[in-house]
Amino acid sequence: MRVLYFAWLRERVGLGEEEVSPPATVVTVADLARWLAARDDAHAHAFTDPAVVRAALDRRHVKPDTPLGAAREVAFFPPMTGG
Amino acid sequence: MTPAAAPEAIFHVAVQAAPFDTATQIARLARGRTNMGAVVTFTGLCRADAGDAPLTALVLEHYPGMAEEEITRHLDTARARWPLQGAIIIHRHGRIVPGEPIVLVVTASAHRAAAFAAAEFLMDWLKTSAPFWKKEERAAHHGGWVAAKAADDQAAARWSPPAQQGQKDGPEDGPKAAPESESKDGSR
Repeated sequence: MRVLYFAWLRERVGLGEEEVSPPATVVTVADLARWLAARDDAHAHAFTDPAVVRAALDRRHVKPDTPLGAAREVAFFPPMTGG
Repeated sequence: MTPAAAPEAIFHVAVQAAPFDTATQIARLARGRTNMGAVVTFTGLCRADAGDAPLTALVLEHYPGMAEEEITRHLDTARARWPLQGAIIIHRHGRIVPGEPIVLVVTASAHRAAAFAAAEFLMDWLKTSAPFWKKEERAAHHGGWVAAKAADDQAAARWSPPAQQGQKDGPEDGPKAAPESESKDGSR
């Protein structure tokens, strides 16, 4: 599974993207965020406040309780500020 | 002499680093069309706000692929909701200095009401749902990421029918990254 980070999440993690293989106990987007946060200090810093982290599954916005299913690409980012 | 076939309606979304020219895009949308009664445009510019450390540039990060797809999804919704005869949406990424354009929405319809409403609808969703993030460059310090504004979420949410409030086609409601007062948005 490919995980992408944008804006300050990318800066905190120190990576724009990475390949991960979470265990079967990681079912939802929120599970994945918690699992990533436990990897190291940089990930933990990025996911300090889950309330300000948004996610997309295969390039569509999703809520934290969405099952990962067969998604190939998961992105984490702060609230958007385009326009 | 056979009259030329009427040109096909243009519905175009572009995410690009290059600047754009609003007049050129209006002309492109309206060229050869004789049934368009209204063309509405919104051009968003990078603004240097006042203060001790004036903004020198905005650097816009985006999610390649999703940015185009997300804008197109909202354009499809607008087309289903209003009788549009054409639309062009351009959103820039990369480093943009004050005075330069960031975003363009052009909508065309037979009458102005649909064109105005669709343009406003598209801009409201662009600000809250298209995956772009602005980082400020300032003269006297390092700047920082622009915080999302609750007012922008409220502007987008008003387009949802009451039955769909709370499960709109966008990110979930939630606390913002930082209070608005901590970071002035260098655009609108």
